[in-house]
Amino acid sequence: MHHPYLPVLLIIVLGGLFAGVFLLASSLIGPKKGTKSKLSPYECGLKPVGNARERLDVKFSLVAMLFILFDIETVFLFPWAVLYRDFIKSGLGLFMAIEMGIFLFILAVGLVYVWRKKALDWR
Amino acid sequence: MGIIIAKILIPFLIIVNLIPLLIWVERKGSAYIQDRRGPNRASFFGIRLGGLLHALADVIKLITKEDIIPSQVNKPFFILAPFITLTIACVTYAVIPFADPLIIDGKLFPLQAANLNVGILYILSMSSLGVFGVMLAGWSSNNKYALLGGLRSSAQMFSYEISMGLSLMSVVMIGGSLELTTIINQQSHFPWQWNFLKQPLACLLFIVATFAETNRNPFDLPEGESEIVAGYHTEYSSMKFAMFFMAEYAHIIIASALISCLFFGGWQFPFLSTHFLREQAGEGIFILLLAHAFLFVLIGIFLLSKFSKGKYGDKRDYEVLVIGVPFTLLGLGLGFTALFIGTGDYGVMGRQIFAALMQFGALMTKILFFCWLFIWVRWTLPRFRYDQLMHLGWKVMIPLSLANIFITGVVLLFL
Repeated sequence: MHHPYLPVLLIIVLGGLFAGVFLLASSLIGPKKGTKSKLSPYECGLKPVGNARERLDVKFSLVAMLFILFDIETVFLFPWAVLYRDFIKSGLGLFMAIEMGIFLFILAVGLVYVWRKKALDWR
Repeated sequence: MGIIIAKILIPFLIIVNLIPLLIWVERKGSAYIQDRRGPNRASFFGIRLGGLLHALADVIKLITKEDIIPSQVNKPFFILAPFITLTIACVTYAVIPFADPLIIDGKLFPLQAANLNVGILYILSMSSLGVFGVMLAGWSSNNKYALLGGLRSSAQMFSYEISMGLSLMSVVMIGGSLELTTIINQQSHFPWQWNFLKQPLACLLFIVATFAETNRNPFDLPEGESEIVAGYHTEYSSMKFAMFFMAEYAHIIIASALISCLFFGGWQFPFLSTHFLREQAGEGIFILLLAHAFLFVLIGIFLLSKFSKGKYGDKRDYEVLVIGVPFTLLGLGLGFTALFIGTGDYGVMGRQIFAALMQFGALMTKILFFCWLFIWVRWTLPRFRYDQLMHLGWKVMIPLSLANIFITGVVLLFL
């Protein structure tokens, strides 16, 4: 019996080959006649003004941080969700429901806090 | 080893071959939604095949186009981005089961590429990796439109990933497992026991979240062409652009497969259980062959009736014959085969394979329906504004999915 993750590894290799063949084919077959204006950044036909890598809106990094917070809490919910029915069968259902109710309540309080602080408003 | 490779390759080839077909459906469908004819020019010796040849022509065109790598880009990441995007899009299908497990010598033989017991977590993790390709593409292009598109896309995917995970939670609570096979088995073959009726809110939230995750309209802000040219793939040309395009359609197919597996019974054939399909395999094959024969002959005769020699005055007149004659002959052949073999017995293995094929057909029907839903929505709804998108993701979908988990927990407790 093979390792259960062996097919996943093979699929990643297969997907990589599939994508790699396309990359290789287009770089081999296509013509290469780069001119200066062809190789300049695209700005609707105008001469590019400044660099693209300037300062960004802080909103984006705020979203990323909020994502990490809430996504980790999602991950914490998964084990409970899988075992919830088993707990109900073994009579621990109410206890687990209250426990998770407290967890969800804290999560909701966090969401309300972020909401009230206007971190979710996109100007 | 051979079996593993077959189990990997067959669904992979199906997905890869569905991509050009979906592009054709998208172009043709959008054309008919907008009251025009759509692609109908590419021809093979004067035979056009209803625009299907455009997919082939596009591939040849894109491969032979110049692969422009602009001078200001970060070259390794610029090349890596489409590679990552397409690879990740091809990897997610691994845990999707295509039919009820076969029983060979008393052992279960699951019909899915990788039989993981963390199926849903695998899908969530792999689909979240897709952000990297988009982010890398946007950043490495060193172009303002591309950077804005990449940022928009990553913020959007992050926001909707949370509600995607939370909406799946209630399905996991009902199914009590992360394995897709268990979740599908628990939904049973009666449509009124499928999860979209037990969890209508979670189903709706999940479908909306997958639309956002695949960057499709109404959430296609990352490539909103009226605002930021083409978003994160502005600087990409030739096959690299096509790779982003293919990855988008691969994501659509996998998202449709997930929606059908989690909420619409997956491979469950409506009203017919696996046991019934295996028991009645002989009659089933007979009826199936006859039905297909009837359908094919009907299509063939309809096409043949359209034949008139003077319509165009060139080879295009014979297009209907090129498709119509094989269809009629195939239909007649299937019909005679059905009458010839009748309702025979096919042994244990034959019955199981028949049941598996029927269930695979049911799954494919559901997948194609949801693929069409993606296309339909794209050409019907306008695009969101960015603040509306964020508002929907954070202030509507996350509270709703949290409430859904809470309600599901309480209902399960007192049921």
